[in-house]
Amino acid sequence: MADTGETTLLRFRDDAVPDEPAVSLDAFFDQSNATAVRIEAGDDVRLLLPALDRVRLVEIDFPRFRDGRGFSSARILREAGFTGEIKATGDVLVDLLWFMRRCGFDSFAPDAPLNLADVEIALNHYPNVYQHAADDAVPIWALRHPELNRGTADNA
Amino acid sequence: MYQYDKYDQAMVDARVAEFREQTRRRIEGHLTDDQFKPLRLKNGLYLQLHAYMLRVAIPYGTVSSRQFRMLAHIARKYDRGYGHVTTRQNMQYNWIKLEEAPDILADLATVQMHAIQTSGESIRNVSADQYAGAAADEIIDPRPWAEVIRQITSFMPEFSYLPRKFKIAVIASDEDRVAMRWHDFGIRIVKNENPENGAGEIGFECYAGGGMGRTPFIAYKIREFLPPTQILSYLQAVLRVWNRNARRDNIHKQRMKILVHDLGEEEFRRQVEEEFQNFLALGQDVPQAEYDRVAAYFAPPPFETGLSDEIDRSDPDFALWADRQLVAHKAPGYAIVNISLKPTGGIPGDMSAEQMELVADLAEKYSFDEVRATHAQNLVLPHVRKADLYAVWQALDAAGLAGVNLDLVTDIIACPGLDYCTLANARSIPVAQRIAERFADLDRQRDLGELKIKISGCINACGHHHAGHIGILGVDRKGTENYQLLLGGSGSEDVSQAKITGPGFDEAGIVDAVERAVDRYRELREPGERFIDTYRRVGFDPFKESIYG
Repeated sequence: MADTGETTLLRFRDDAVPDEPAVSLDAFFDQSNATAVRIEAGDDVRLLLPALDRVRLVEIDFPRFRDGRGFSSARILREAGFTGEIKATGDVLVDLLWFMRRCGFDSFAPDAPLNLADVEIALNHYPNVYQHAADDAVPIWALRHPELNRGTADNA
Repeated sequence: MYQYDKYDQAMVDARVAEFREQTRRRIEGHLTDDQFKPLRLKNGLYLQLHAYMLRVAIPYGTVSSRQFRMLAHIARKYDRGYGHVTTRQNMQYNWIKLEEAPDILADLATVQMHAIQTSGESIRNVSADQYAGAAADEIIDPRPWAEVIRQITSFMPEFSYLPRKFKIAVIASDEDRVAMRWHDFGIRIVKNENPENGAGEIGFECYAGGGMGRTPFIAYKIREFLPPTQILSYLQAVLRVWNRNARRDNIHKQRMKILVHDLGEEEFRRQVEEEFQNFLALGQDVPQAEYDRVAAYFAPPPFETGLSDEIDRSDPDFALWADRQLVAHKAPGYAIVNISLKPTGGIPGDMSAEQMELVADLAEKYSFDEVRATHAQNLVLPHVRKADLYAVWQALDAAGLAGVNLDLVTDIIACPGLDYCTLANARSIPVAQRIAERFADLDRQRDLGELKIKISGCINACGHHHAGHIGILGVDRKGTENYQLLLGGSGSEDVSQAKITGPGFDEAGIVDAVERAVDRYRELREPGERFIDTYRRVGFDPFKESIYG
């Protein structure tokens, strides 16, 4: 029964699960065949951008759930066009999931199991969003102005 | 004023449902106290000494009669019949039960109100000039941009677990009535006066890195002129630079002001500009059309024309009040009415449910349905016909709301202090009360003129002692309450940080010390000088001599 189930792995992708263990940022640059990398909260994820084309998986760690640096790391990867897997690891709590999904995380390996029923509720509380992020949600302001061509959103 | 559409209402309703769910999980033990804490803080619930405090957002200080009646209802039903106006224009309740909090939020949602992101490591409610839309000196009404910012900073995914709180203020006048430069991020709306560069368009002068607390900083100007429709990109740039680079190992060093200071103004600005270009290129800013939609809600109310500017001053008590509490309105025949929440012997910013209802009635009848909450913990009726002033005064007077002390020595800002707060080292409220009693004589107050006293019960500085012409900081000295005196601060456009005079005093001693400083000012002042002007002219030493003898 779903509402009593718990999980320590949530994945929102259809492709094969990368089987290579993620290595540290330093190790990644030492191993030219590495395809999975682990970003600690204090790491500068932008160092990875020049090498993104050989990355299949980026794990971003949350040492404490209150440490929100990983949200920026994930979104920076998506802004750079990364389409591989971004996995949140560590102190990943159910009430962070919606924000994490919006920042581009598409898999989750929390330290403590998540209740699947709670996950289902938490990901579906909000009918809309107020701003763009790394997902494809259309912000409320754009819903209010269907006359604006979303294809050329450059209004600067 | 702004009205929610179906989208806004659905988001606030969803928030209530989410918090109800989170509270259930906490009560059933699925969330630890540590895990639940940020969730309740992001819904305005803060644990104090005796109970939970709920901080309800009053976006940019503007509230309708209907909303104000709901605030009264909440005071009566869920609290002890009182509410408390804060320095960031919010309403706080001090005696809330956790299990009732979701119902309170649901009640608020029925009148388009919420407590979203009013506490915790959040992008907080946006402050704005309490005279917005009425002030004779404003360039435009700052509230439409404040509302746009409110929306885009609600539930920002990347910035949902920031290093610390983040406070934004927006003003559109030379005069700063909201302590803009004491905010993490401040906007002064300006008009481009450079004729070689398409003069006349509106822009944002941006400030960053201000804040009170134990390490006070006045915000630096980090941008001269930002096109307003780029504000989302710019704000995200500021937030990202901070979110990625702030310390995470010491809660007292995680505010943005510390990062700005550590990096230096130039380096911070450089990083922000770089990130700003990145965000601009994404093309995700809010378009002018959305601003225009919001701004339409803030169109000026239908002011009557041809009204007289005469005020019948035949009642001397009324005349006294009118001379102090009224401010010039941009429309002929109208005035801005300041309502004092600082009665002698009262708690600064407190008001009863009955008083809230009375003010709501007056706003409905005489002020186009609007009330404003002010940074100085008072209220404003922004648009009152001069012909109605006497009736408004009589009603206020009957409710104990006709105090005459706007910006005077008894118009004191004070934090809740040790009477309520777990962080406090000393009581603030009784000190404010003793000072107000000492200077209760109105002739004396008027003679002293503008004099801003601000009192905090601990170094977190919620009572803004750093920005007081006279600041008072309560500390714990070997188990007894001790009060330090500061001089020379300002939260206005002449912003400055106050300086500690020397050894502290006990409760009676601090009142005497304030009086000695004030008496010294009277001896030294030149015609037309306010306390702060005299202090700045003569410096610290003459005051120190008088205070310590």
